[in-house]
Parts: sequence; C-alpha cells; structure tokens
Amino acid sequence: MRQLRFATIGSVDDGKSTLIGRLLYDSKSIFEDQLEHVEAVSKRRGDEYVDLSLLTDGLRAEREQGITIDVAHRYFATPARSFVIMDCPGHVQYTRNMVTGASTADLAIILIDARHGVVEQTRRHSILTSLLGVPHLVVCVNKMDLVDYSEERFKEIREDFESFAARLNLHDVTFLPISALKGDNVVDRTPDLGWFEGPTLLHHLENVYTASDDNRIDVRFPVQYVIRPRTTEFHDYRGYAGTVAGGVLRVGDEIVVLPSGLSSTITGIDSADGPLTEAVPGAAVTILLADDLSVTRGDMICRPHNRPRVVQDHEAMLCWLDSNAQLQTNKLYTLKHTTRSTRAKVSEVRYVLDISELHRKEPTGPLAMNDIARVVIHTAEPLLRDDYEHNRVTGSFILVDESTGATAAAGMLLPPRE
Amino acid sequence: MRPGITGLEDEAITIIREVAACFERPVILFSGGKDSVVMLHVAVRAFAPAKLPFAIMHVDTGHNFPEVIEFRDRCLAGFGLDLTVASVQAAIDAGKVADAPSRNPLQTVALLDAIAENKFDAVLGGGRRDEERARAKERVFSHRDTFGQWDPKNQRPELWNIYNTSLRPGEHFRVFPISNWTELDVWSYIQQHDIELPSLYFAHRRPVFRRGGMLMAETEFLHAEAGEEVFEEQVRFRTVGDATCTAAVESSAVSIADVVAETSIARVTERGATRADDKISEAGMEDRKRQGYF
Ligand SMILES: Nc1nc2c(ncn2[C@@H]2O[C@H](COP(=O)(O)OP(=O)(O)O)[C@@H](O)[C@H]2O)c(=O)[nH]1
Ligand SMILES: [Mg+2]
Repeated sequence: MRQLRFATIGSVDDGKSTLIGRLLYDSKSIFEDQLEHVEAVSKRRGDEYVDLSLLTDGLRAEREQGITIDVAHRYFATPARSFVIMDCPGHVQYTRNMVTGASTADLAIILIDARHGVVEQTRRHSILTSLLGVPHLVVCVNKMDLVDYSEERFKEIREDFESFAARLNLHDVTFLPISALKGDNVVDRTPDLGWFEGPTLLHHLENVYTASDDNRIDVRFPVQYVIRPRTTEFHDYRGYAGTVAGGVLRVGDEIVVLPSGLSSTITGIDSADGPLTEAVPGAAVTILLADDLSVTRGDMICRPHNRPRVVQDHEAMLCWLDSNAQLQTNKLYTLKHTTRSTRAKVSEVRYVLDISELHRKEPTGPLAMNDIARVVIHTAEPLLRDDYEHNRVTGSFILVDESTGATAAAGMLLPPRE
Repeated sequence: MRPGITGLEDEAITIIREVAACFERPVILFSGGKDSVVMLHVAVRAFAPAKLPFAIMHVDTGHNFPEVIEFRDRCLAGFGLDLTVASVQAAIDAGKVADAPSRNPLQTVALLDAIAENKFDAVLGGGRRDEERARAKERVFSHRDTFGQWDPKNQRPELWNIYNTSLRPGEHFRVFPISNWTELDVWSYIQQHDIELPSLYFAHRRPVFRRGGMLMAETEFLHAEAGEEVFEEQVRFRTVGDATCTAAVESSAVSIADVVAETSIARVTERGATRADDKISEAGMEDRKRQGYF
C-alpha cells in the first residue's frame, strides 16, 4: 500500500490536534518520552488535562500562544499502511501555511465542531482543498459527545456541508461522526455511535485508494539534471535525470523533447536499483535516448501525440503568500514551474475570490497575503504546461520575488479562456 | 509516489538532484552516523554512473568514538570521496569559542565558519522530521540568513515539490533529503541495501554508568563521577554523536535484522533514549537551530 499523506484542517479549536493525538495514541504510535514530555509541560503550565496539541505544536511561539502557526509533520504506521500527518494551522492569518500543507496532501481531514456546524473557516478550508485539488476529503463531525451522539445533528451538518460543497470541485468526500477526545469512531467503534454504519476514521485512512490519483496517461518527464560521467568507462553516457510527472515511460517508446520538438526513442531507463523497463509517476530515474540530441534542464520529454501546451500567456489562480510585499502588476518575478525557471509578470487581476462564500470580487487593491485571485501571467519563455486539474505537477508554479528571494505566490494553471 | 521505501528514496533523489542543478557549491554533511550514511548512499545512487558532484564535510567535535572515525574514513575511501573536516577543537584553539563539557552546541561555530570559508551555498544534512519537534516544523529547503540563522516563524512556504532555491549573497540553505523518513525507514533501507555501519550500532559489551536515567559510555572524554558506578553491559547506540552526550541503550541486537525488529517495537524515540543534552529544555533544539545548528 502506498504511504498516505494527509492534512488536518478546520477552524481553531475544532479538535485537529486532539484528533492527531488520539490517532497516535490509539494506534500506539506515541513514544513514552514524548508523552512524558507532554504530561510534564501540561502539568507545569497548570492545565487541567494533558494537552495533546503539544505533540505537534513544537515551536516556542506556538506553545506560548497555544496556537498552531506552521505545519507540523508527524509519522505513524499501522500494519496496513504508513502515514504522514500534516497538522495545519486553523487561523486565518496562517492560511498560507495551510495551503503549503494541503499542496502535497493525498487526503484532507476537515474537522467540524458538532455544536457549531459548518462555519466560515470550514467553507474557506474546503474551498482551498478544492482549489488545490486534494484528491480525497474526509469531513469529520467532531465532539459528537457534546451533542449526545445525535444522528440527527450529524445528518443536519452533513446536508449543510453537501449543499455548500456542491459548487466545489471535490470528488471523493466521506462523512464520519467522531469524538476525538473520547475516542469514538477514531480507531475503535464504540456503542455511543452504534447507529453509524460507516467505517472508523483509521479504517478509512488505511483503505482509501490513492494509486489512481496519479495521472498515468499523459507522459510528462521534466528533465532535471543531465548525467555525463566523463569517464573512459562511460564515455558516451548521457542520461536525462528527473522524476516522472505523469504517464508511464517504457523502453522502446517514441518520444519528443520539448520545446525543441526533436524526436527520438527511449533506449534505457536507469534507476538507483539498476535498469527498469518502465517508469511510473513519482519514480526518480534517468532516461537514455537513441539519438544525440541537445537536451537540458527545463526541457520536457513526452509522447509525440500527447504534448503539454507550450505557451507564454497563462490563466491561473494565484495564492499570494508574501507577508512583506503585495503583488505589483508588471513587476518581474522569477517563475518556477517543474524544472524550468523563467521571468514572469502578472499583467491583470481578473477577480479576487471571496473564499468564505466563493464569490468573485472586483480587486480593490493590490493582492496581499492570503488573497486568492484569478490572474493573467506572461512568461519570458514558454512553459510546458498542463491544466492543474489534469496534473498537479505540470500545472503548478511559484513566483519568487527577485529582490528578497521570498516565495511571493503559488499558482495553479487554468485552461485558456474561450 | 511509489510504495514503501522506494517512494521515499525517489523523493530524496529528486531533492538531491535539485541541489546539484541549482547550487554552485553544495556540501554533504557526513559524520559516519546512520542518517548521514544513508543520505550519502542515496546521493551516490542519484548520480550514478557519474561521480557525486558534492563536497563532503564532517563537523568534528573532537570527542569521537574511535570506531566511528575509522568507519567514516573507510566508507568515504570506498566511494572514492574526499573529506573536509570542520574542527571544533580548532575553533576552541583559535579562541572563537570556549570549551564546554558537551561540545554538541559548539559545532555551530565550526560549521558556520566552514560554510563561510568554503562559500558553501547548500548544506545537505541527514535530519529527519520525526526526530524532534522543532525539526518537525522545518522545510526541506531551509533558508539561512547571512548569520546562518533559522527563522522558524517566518519560513518560506514550500508548496508541492517546487523548491525556492533563491539566495542573496552570504546566505545559504540547509537541505534535508530524508526529512520524511522515520528511524524505522532508515533501518529498513540499511537492511534492504545491506549497508555497513559503525560497529557501535550493534550490541556489544562495554563499560557504562548511569547518569540522568541514561547509560553513558565510559570513554577518555567522559568519566563516571563519584557515586556513579561503572559496570559492563551489553549495549548499542541508536544515534552516534559527541561521545559526551550520546547515550547507549541496553540491547541484544547484533545484526541489521535484529535492529529493524527492535526499532519496530521501540517505545522511546531515539533522541529521548540517547541525547542527554536535549532533556534540558523544552525548546533546546529550536534555540540551537535558530543560531545555525544543523
Ligand atoms: N468534548 C470534546 N472536546 C473536544 C473534542 N475534540 C477536541 N476537544 C476539545 O476542544 C478544544 C480544542 O481542541 P484542539 O485539538 O486544540 O483544536 P485545534 O485548534 O483544532 O487543534 C480542546 O479543549 C479539546 O480538548 C471532542 O471530541 N469532544
Ligand atoms: Mg492545533
């Protein structure tokens, strides 16, 4: 089974940290010294109960303020699967860190406090999850113990969420009632939620099928690095190293190299474990070609009849991340897309997204931190690009502010406007 | 992502190649400890059949277990790689830092000096996020300012697998290719590839004494004090660092397979079991990292 990387999201105090503590605790993944540490700190601070959020809130500032500021990574494994948890901040001002966590997630768990139901931050995070194309979503209605484990209440929240989410691009949504604090339906089934016929959260996480999340159809191999040994033994070796971004490459395949458009045939696929006959998405390999072409970092190997678009004008959704500088239209930024870097400018902001309601707003000023907007970007060189919804690797990019080096924005490429 | 350890190695190779492509003077930190050994193996495999395009550096506290230094040199010779040593002793002799009972925090000075002197712009380390709570928050490409400092509250967002490698003069990056590996993943990889490690990692008998609930090895750098009884015990080390602050654990694991089995049922983290200096403070690692520690 593939490792599952999941993000926990939702509003402050909906129970993210408690849920992680519960998952780790009940799956026996908390180490004794970690628990001792958490107990000691809780006691020293005079907490009434052991504060499991200390397991993930590792920074001094987070502990002092009792909030999550940046993504924490936790690892655990059951006999069925290994997991990476990315505990994301719930506060609006740390939205950019939530976006960071969600960008690499296979699955997001969004928590909802059963007493409060769907709140603004639930909508905001669901919209972000949908924008970032997280393939699987689990909506956990938490704190069921505080609403008498009411099936009515669970259904009500579920319907509420569904009617709002109908407008989003969410493919696989699962609803689960839980109590993170009491442990109901997290790892174990309990009689209090006896009416619920679905799986426990852990069972669901262990079994969610992610192998089909990769795009295995459209061959995309961004060349990352050219391997030339310059030794007598490997005198003529010239390998194109990179990580498969889409499709399956096979020895014998006819290919073209973009942007040059020159064609050749794959004669070999080298990997750390020796030669392979095929390379699947995610595999870090080295491609050997029959012909001596000029191929460099930033080029893309694909199939002759299935190519990304090679264009300089782009429609994109842009998340502004920089806290120190706002977007300046027509300023030059460095745009990094797959293994290509080029200069870029944002020529137009079409609209700003109101992420609590999914409304489009006219921009009232320059884009600032946490703003999400639809923009038009022009690049100095063409990008070899797909729409983000078809490929998260060849459809994403970042903008770097050249004067400060900061990651100014993250973008997702959209289809061209008709 | 491919399943299992292969997927983690793919990710590490991708990161390592990105360093080779984007930086002028990268260096791999190599101590002979298991994480750095694994990182080096992955790095060598990332560029085969070409030679590893990185320098190799050991930040040497001078308080070493002799087996580790012997292994360090033999391992690098096997790969045909040269070593740069950044010496804490030399920094002490030059009056840059005052010696201390544990030289672990002093490594920062020697490390930052060597980075400046050699103009290294990317420093690859074998740090893992499962080791410690401040590390759990750190980016894969972790930016350091001109003073070598980490600013945990203001890290560059790191989205997808697109790494912002932009630097201004005097700044550098720390890069952690095995960020997402656990201790068990590291051992599984060692098992899968039958990688040699310093003998310290396997059960052996040696004189030890108890201090602060830990088993410390009696060495030329660390002696039992009055009231601490030295006895012989069968032990192994889960981490190998400065001899004055790295503790041993009781163990009968003599082979890689034994260690994998032991690790998979461990109830205490490797730092909890072996790092005397981390017990002190709630944010000890964060504070050291802010100042430029690994
Ligand atoms: N009664 C009850 N309280 C809960 C439950 N889950 C979390 N809490 C409490 O809600 C508060 C916030 O939880 P926390 O995990 O810190 O929320 P976070 O901000 O989302 O990480 C804490 O006081 C928890 O003890 C639950 O299932 N039932
Ligand atoms: Mg929290």
